[in-house]
Amino acid sequence: MLKFLLEKEFKQILRDSFLPRMIFVFPVVMMLLLPNAANMEVKDINVCIVDNDHSPSSERLIQKIGASPYFHITSTAPSYRQGMENIENETADVIVEIPVFFDKSLEKESAAKVFIASNAVNGTKGGLGSSYLSAVVADFSSEIRAERIQVVDHHSSPAITTATTYAFNQSLNFKRFMVPAIMVQLLTILCGFLPALNIVSEKEKGTIEQLNVTPIKKSTFILAKLIPFWTIGFIVLSICFLLGRYIYGIYPEGSLLTLYFFAGIFLLAISGMGLLISNSSSTLQQAMFVMFFFLVILILMSGLFTPVSSMPQWAQYITIFNPLKYFIEVMRMVYLKGSTIKDLTTQLYALLSFMIVLNGWAVMSYRKNS
Amino acid sequence: MKIVIQTDGLTKQFGNFTAVDNISFKVQKGEIFGFLGANGAGKTTAMRMLCGLSLPTSGKGMVAGYDIEQEPEKVKRSIGYMSQKFSLYEDLKVWENIRLFAGIYGMKSKDIALKTDALLKQLGFESERDSYVKSLPLGWKQKLAFSVAIFHEPKIVFLDEPTGGVDPATRRQFWELIYEAADRGITVFVTTHYMDEAEYCDRVSIMVDGRIDALDTPKSLKNQFNANNMDEVFHQLARKAQRSDN
Repeated sequence: MLKFLLEKEFKQILRDSFLPRMIFVFPVVMMLLLPNAANMEVKDINVCIVDNDHSPSSERLIQKIGASPYFHITSTAPSYRQGMENIENETADVIVEIPVFFDKSLEKESAAKVFIASNAVNGTKGGLGSSYLSAVVADFSSEIRAERIQVVDHHSSPAITTATTYAFNQSLNFKRFMVPAIMVQLLTILCGFLPALNIVSEKEKGTIEQLNVTPIKKSTFILAKLIPFWTIGFIVLSICFLLGRYIYGIYPEGSLLTLYFFAGIFLLAISGMGLLISNSSSTLQQAMFVMFFFLVILILMSGLFTPVSSMPQWAQYITIFNPLKYFIEVMRMVYLKGSTIKDLTTQLYALLSFMIVLNGWAVMSYRKNS
Repeated sequence: MKIVIQTDGLTKQFGNFTAVDNISFKVQKGEIFGFLGANGAGKTTAMRMLCGLSLPTSGKGMVAGYDIEQEPEKVKRSIGYMSQKFSLYEDLKVWENIRLFAGIYGMKSKDIALKTDALLKQLGFESERDSYVKSLPLGWKQKLAFSVAIFHEPKIVFLDEPTGGVDPATRRQFWELIYEAADRGITVFVTTHYMDEAEYCDRVSIMVDGRIDALDTPKSLKNQFNANNMDEVFHQLARKAQRSDN
C-alpha cells in the first residue's frame, strides 16, 4: 500500500511547477548569501581623528591606528564637537581625541590620556571598535615605554608576552563556524515547511477525504508523507556540502557519514513537526503562520547566531526542547572538531526522542474521522 | 433479501445544532437507494457517518455487517465513496488515479493494469489514459470518479450528489453506469437534487430538517402524496422545512 502512496507523492512533487526548482535554488541562494552576510567580524571601522596636540607622538599614534587593517582614518576634525558631526552623519564610527600636551605629558609623566568615543547605535561595531582601538593604544604605550626603559636603563627588563592560539579554528574563520549551522537552518525551512503545507493543501482540495474513506492505516499515510521530504532533505544537504567545499573551502574534519546519520534523524524530527502542525490546521494560512512562529523561535534560540551558553538561564532551559540546537551542535562539532557518534551521544538521544515523540504525535493527531 | 445498511436512531449534533435527527432505515443488497433532501437537510452528514468519516453522537449504524462506530476501518474496506467535492488528484494522470486508489484497497499491480484497460475501453476513455485529470471536462471527471469508487468491487457505493453541475446527456450516461453497478450486485446509496433522478431509484427517502419524513418506492410515494411526479412529492414535504442553508 505504501508503494502506491509513495508513487503518488513523488509524482506530485516532481510535477509541481515550483518545488523541484526550489530544492536547488534555495540552498544555492542561502549558501551564497548568508555566510557572507551573517558575519560577526568587525572590519572597516571609520575613525575620525581630533588631534589637539600636533606633535611627533600624536603623529605616531595616528599612523599606528591607520596601519591597522580594522581602521580607516576617514577624517580629521579640529574639535570634538565637529568630530561628533561626523558621527551623526555616519561618516565616522569612532572619534579619537588626542589632548593638548599629549607629547609633553608622555615626556614628563610617562603617561597620557587619549579619549575614545564610539557610535554605539550598532552595538557590536561600537563595542568592538573601541576595544580594538584601546588595544592599539595600549600597544602604542608599551612601545613608548619600552623605548624609555631602553633610554633610561640599558638592562633589558624581562617582558611577559601572551600568545593565543584558537583551538579547532586557528584562523578564526567565522564562515567555518556559520556555514554548518546555516545548512541546518536551510534543512529546517525546507523540510519543516513543505510537509506542513502538504497535508493542509490536501485538506483544502478535498482529496484527503477520498483517502480517509479508504482503509489506509494512519501510520502508512504519515510515512508516505515523510519519506519524500526525507529524500529531499538528503539532496539539499548534499548540495550544501558541495557548495561549502567548493565555494568556501569548508569541509568537515569528521566523517560525512556521521553528518548524514544525524541528518537522517533530524529530518524526520523536523518533518514530523511540520506534519503535526499540518494535522491541526485547517487552512494553508493557519499552517503557515503557526509554522513561521515556531521556526523563528527555533532558529533564534538554536545557537545559530548567539551562543546558547550566553543566554539567560531560563532561556537555556527552553533550548532543551529545541531540536535545532542539537543538530547545530552536531554539525559544528563534526565540521570543526571532527567529533564522532561516540562524542555526540547526548545529541543522538535528544534527536531520537524528538523524532519518536513528534512523529508518534503526528500519527495520533491525524484523524480519519470527526 | 439481505440488509446491507441499517441505522437505528442515528443522530449527529454539532453543538446545539442537530444535523441528523434520530434516523432509522434499512437498505437491501443490490438496491439503488435515493437519499433526497433540500440543502442543509443533513444528507451529507448522514452519509459521512455511514462511511466512517464522522462519528455519530448517538444511535447505531451497521454498514456491510460492521458497526460504523466500533469498526469504521472495516466498514471502509467494504465501501466506495464519491464525495460532493470532486476529489481525484488533478495533477495525476487518469491511469495513475485508478492505480493509486486500487493499490490502497490492496489490489495487485498486474490486476490493476488489466482492469484499467478494460475500464477505459468500456468508458471510451482509452485516448485519455495519459491525460491529467485536471484537463478532463467535468462530466468525464465525474464518470471517472465513480468508476474509481467502484473499481475495487465494494459491497456498497456511496454517491454524494454525483451529477451536480453536469449536463442532462451526461447525467443519463452516469445513471447507466449506476445501473450497471447495481446489476453487478453493488448496493448504490445516492443523494441527489434532481427529482427526475429520484424516479430512477428503487426506493427513496426524503429528509427534512435532519429527519426522514418519507421512505418508499417512488411509485407509492406519488400515490401517498397524490402527486404526478417526485417533484411534487418533494415540494409538499420540503415546504415544511424550518431550516435551510441559504
